[in-house]
This record gives sequence, C-alpha cells and structure tokens, in this order.
Amino acid sequence: MKKKRLASIFLSLALTAGVMAGCGGEKETSGTSGGSGGGGDTIKIGANLELSGGVASYGQSIAEGLELAFEEINKEGINGKKLKLVKVDNKSDAAEATNGAIKLVSQDKVAAIIGAATSTNTLAQVQVAQDNKVPLITPTGTNPTITNKDGKVNDFVFRTCFIDPFQGTVAAKFAINDLKVKTAAVLIDSSSDYSKGLSAAFKEAFEKEGGKIVAEEAYVAKDTDFRATLTRIKSANPEFIFLPGYYEEVGLIVKQARELGINVPIMGGDGWDSPKLVEIAGKDPLNNTFITNHYSSNDPDQKIQDFVKAFKAKYNKSPDAFSALGYDTAYFLADAIKRAGSTDPEKIKDALAKTKDLALVSGTLTLDKNHDPVKSATILEYKNGQQQFKTKVNP
Amino acid sequence: MELIQQLVNGISLGSIYALIALGYTMVYGIVRLINFAHGDVFMIGSFVGFYAVTSFHVGFFPALLLAMVSCAILGVCIERIAYKPLRNATRIAVLITAIGVSLLIEYGTIYLRGAQPEAYPSTVLPDKKIEVLGVTVNSQSLLILGVSIVLMILLQFIVHKTKIGKAMRAVSHDAEAARLMGINVDNTISATFAIGSALAGAAGVIFGIYYTKIDPLMGIIPGLKAFVAAVLGGIGIIPGAMVGGLMLGVIESLVSGLGYSLWRDGVAFIILILILIFRPAGLFGKNVREKV
Repeated sequence: MKKKRLASIFLSLALTAGVMAGCGGEKETSGTSGGSGGGGDTIKIGANLELSGGVASYGQSIAEGLELAFEEINKEGINGKKLKLVKVDNKSDAAEATNGAIKLVSQDKVAAIIGAATSTNTLAQVQVAQDNKVPLITPTGTNPTITNKDGKVNDFVFRTCFIDPFQGTVAAKFAINDLKVKTAAVLIDSSSDYSKGLSAAFKEAFEKEGGKIVAEEAYVAKDTDFRATLTRIKSANPEFIFLPGYYEEVGLIVKQARELGINVPIMGGDGWDSPKLVEIAGKDPLNNTFITNHYSSNDPDQKIQDFVKAFKAKYNKSPDAFSALGYDTAYFLADAIKRAGSTDPEKIKDALAKTKDLALVSGTLTLDKNHDPVKSATILEYKNGQQQFKTKVNP
Repeated sequence: MELIQQLVNGISLGSIYALIALGYTMVYGIVRLINFAHGDVFMIGSFVGFYAVTSFHVGFFPALLLAMVSCAILGVCIERIAYKPLRNATRIAVLITAIGVSLLIEYGTIYLRGAQPEAYPSTVLPDKKIEVLGVTVNSQSLLILGVSIVLMILLQFIVHKTKIGKAMRAVSHDAEAARLMGINVDNTISATFAIGSALAGAAGVIFGIYYTKIDPLMGIIPGLKAFVAAVLGGIGIIPGAMVGGLMLGVIESLVSGLGYSLWRDGVAFIILILILIFRPAGLFGKNVREKV
C-alpha cells in the first residue's frame, strides 16, 4: 500500500515536471521568434475569442464583425498585402485564453492578436502579449487594468471600447439626472473584474452626485438561484438597482427580481447585450431596465446605418454592439498597419498608440496616453424585449 | 417577513436538491456506489425536455415523461457499459469510472451541440405569483415541491411494497445471498439505475422550467449539492435525501439572506465535512459497523 502511494506521488511529480518543462520550452522558442506575422502576401491576424462557453454570443458576434471588416479591407488590401484571420476558441475560460494567445504567437506567428471579448479573458493574455512583444487589441474588454497596471501602461495592449469607470459614471449620472432616484442597490458578480470595475465607478459617481447606496450584494458566475440575495435587497428598499454582470446571470436575476415584486429600474452595462438575455429573462421582466452601450443599431448616424446595411446583407440579422466593435477593431488595426507601413509588431504598436480622430462605427476614436479610447456612450432601454435608443452621453 | 420569504426561497431551492438527491441515495443504497454521473443524467434530462418542448411542442407532462424515460434508458446503459464490468473491482476503481462517465457525458454533449446555454420557453407552465401576507410564492415552486413529494412517496412505495423493491432491499443487504435465493441481481441493479436516473430526468425538466437557463455543465454544482444533501440526510435512506435536500436549500437561503451570499457554496461543503466528521451515517442513519 505504502509503496503504491509513493509510486503515485512520484508519478504525479514527474508529470507536473514534464508539463512545466513543456511550457518553458514553448516560451523560449516563442520569445526568439517574436511573431513576425507577415509571410508573403498575407498578414496573419490572430483572433482569440469566446466562440463557445458561457459568453459565446459575445465572441461569435465579434467574429462576425471582424470577418465583415476583413472582407471589406481585403478588397483593396493594405500596402499590397491581404489580411488573414486566424481564429482560436478560448471557450470563455481564462486559462484557455492564455493557451490560445501562446498558440497564436508561437505557432501561427501572427502580427497582432484581437480579443478577447471579456476583461477577464483579456487580462489572461496581457502577459503573453507583453513578453512576446505582439500587439493585443481587445474589442470589448472594458476593465482599466488591461491597458494600465499600477500606473504603468502595458505598451503592447490596446482596446477599441471605452473603459469601466466611464460606463459606471454614465449609469450613475443617468440614474440621478434622468431617472431622478436617490437610493440604489448594487449587485455584482464577484468573480468578474468587469463587474467589480463598473460597480466601483458607479458607487463613486453616485455618491458624489448626492445619492446613497443602500445595499451591496454579490454573486458568482454560474449561480442560478438569486432569490435569497434579492429578498435581502428588497428589504433595503432601493429606488434603483445597478447590476453590472453578464447576460447569463443577469437574465436570471432580472426574472427572479420581478417575480419577488422588485419593480424598480434596473441598469447594467454592455455585458447585458445579447439576444439570449431576452430569452432567459422574458420580455415583461425586462421592461424598465437600461444599459450603457457602445453603439445602437437604431442610431440615425449615417456611418452606423451603412454598417448595419452591410452587416444585414451578409448575415441577415441586425448587428449588436459586439459586432460593431469587432468591425471597428479590424479598421483600427488596419489603419495602424497602413500607417506603420510594415508588419513589424513594434511598428504596428507605435502606430496604434498614435491613433487620432479615426472615424469608426462606435464613434470617433482617439487614444489617450493610457491606450484607452475617448468616445461617447449610448444608453438603451428595453421595451417589450427590444432595445430602444434612449440618449447619447459624451465623456 | 423577510425571514419567511427566505424560508420559501430555501424550500423551493431545496426541493430540486432533494429530487436529485433521491436518485443518488437510491443507487448508493443498493450498490454502494456514488454515481457521480448522476448530475449529468440530470443535465441530459433537462435537454431532452427542452428539445421536446421546442421541437415537438409538447406540454409539460409529456416532456417530463419523455425526459424520465430517456434518462432511465441512459442510466441503464451507463450501468451496463461502465459499472457492470467493474462489479467485483475495488470501490475506488468504480468511483473513478463514475467521474470518467460524468466527464464523458458533459463534454460529449458540448461536442454534439456546443457549450452555449439555452433558455426554456416561458410558455411551458403558467407562472403565477401568489401573495400571502407579503410573501411572494411562485406557482412553479409549489409545483416543484409537489412533484418532489409525490415522487418520493412513489419511491418509498416501490421500495417497500413491490416485488422489485423487495429484491432491491435484498440485494442491498447481501448481494451474494440474494443471488442464491434466486434473485436476478443484475436486473435489480439495472432497475435501480433506471428509477434513479428517471428521477434525475424529472429534476432536470423542472430545473429548466424554474431557472430558465440550461447548459451542458449545469449538472455539476446541483449534483454536488445533492450529494451533500444525500450525505446530510444519511446516504442510502430515501426520506433522508428529501429532508437533507430541503435543509440544505433553507440553510443556503438563510446564509445568503444574512448577507454572506458569497459563502453560500462554502457553507454547503462545510456541512458535508462536519457531517462526515461527527455523524458519518447522516441525520437519519444508524451507525452500522462496516463488515470486514
């Protein structure tokens, strides 16, 4: 018996050592190659997205936007070359996102990586991008620490969307000025950096504007029963609930909140934006809910309407904000490659950082010194399961 | 008033745990095997119900029945293919096989249909709010509780009043002696798996209707919680699973209600550890010295 146990310990140690050695080796080779990306007439661009798993609808929407944009860009080409998209599925999992980034850099040798959709999965790739000196652009990762960690800018990491504090601040201002509420409850997903970032900004702005936070509760992703927590929120009697989460849980929370007789306005961020939300929550419970978002397909702006038309022609459906940002990310990158005049990741990175007044579907993009775009946010309201354009808020 | 509402929340959550725990406890009671694939049979039941409702537009009861029958067949197949060849192997070998089967079902489902979640249509069952003294009770949660209790009584009846139940109890007592008395042990074990899995299938459909969202990994946490519930009540004892499930649901709701919602899952597993240390036979179990 004892011998057996010893043998098993030894075996597991040997296995772990083997795995570690494997990782080390891979890193070394990837370090030297550095990912040159452009062999021949194509420039390989990696996309590390949530194509399956919990937030699959984000990743799939972004991929659709990317593919449409790549098609359009390739009609003319960039500096005589065509873009080639290499997709990997990170299964909505942070560890898989890291693996995917390593694969893109070391095996496919891409010029830049686009992805992931969520902050958590993007953060999982930041180190890989920095170590291997390959630009990483997240279309929709809104957490501030992605581009800026402890006051230091991650020089190879960029984003196309605005950051969490902005969404939280906009929500707080909208609640106080437009909905005229004075008390709010906050319910966050404590396993998500995105949710924590939004709620911190919301709380700060809401209290600064004279509001009062009467309840703060938390859940973790994959929970299905929120009735106990919601009952607690109900007894605190807030006039407004801020719920910065992802659609899977948010759908259930909104449904269960309305079942318990909580009828106050509920507001969240772009994490709500998925057709599945309406299926999970139901149409009626979603009335009197609002989200901050990057864009609205109902926006009368000409550039937006052109994009909506092209998207509808290709996919036969209306694009959501994720598709719009995926589309914009492709143009953001293409613009930088064009200006860099090279597929060298270092030069692409420098060109990306200098992006200014680039007209995109989700607004005019200028990067600040933290690699964060400065642009406007849109507020949408759910009415009978449909998103309605409510108003636009500038930074 | 908040406390009563929390109790109501807890009971509806607990009835689902109880329904899954019933199947766990039955299989354990007869073959002394913790069937870790049980939570995944629950998931399959949920999907069968979902496709029955969305593709064939059947009502609640036909969907429930279809899920139960499919899961019963699945349960028997799992037993015949994975566990039967290991009947005389060490317990740990069977346990690890059970974990393997569980992973196979989870990722097999993801391979076949992808990992994206589905939402149960809200039209399957009427969803009425009933207000009693300021407490909101959902008509669906009453149904869940009702179905769990009916199924438990049915199970007690099968185990104690029918011939197959008698055979089950005999096999549970001493499989060798039962075989000598002319009981077909293999068929009895298959029947146990069939009934246990049918219960999981029913739980899957009810879960889908109550919580709307289903996905291929949905069985993991409810499966583990149901296991805790079964151990809490005394594994192998049918009323124990029911009481254990309800207790666990109420405890979890109260923990969340006190503002420690992040501790909820932790508390469930702390209970498991405490029970295993201080009362390994569970609340309803008798301390039986294991035969050597």
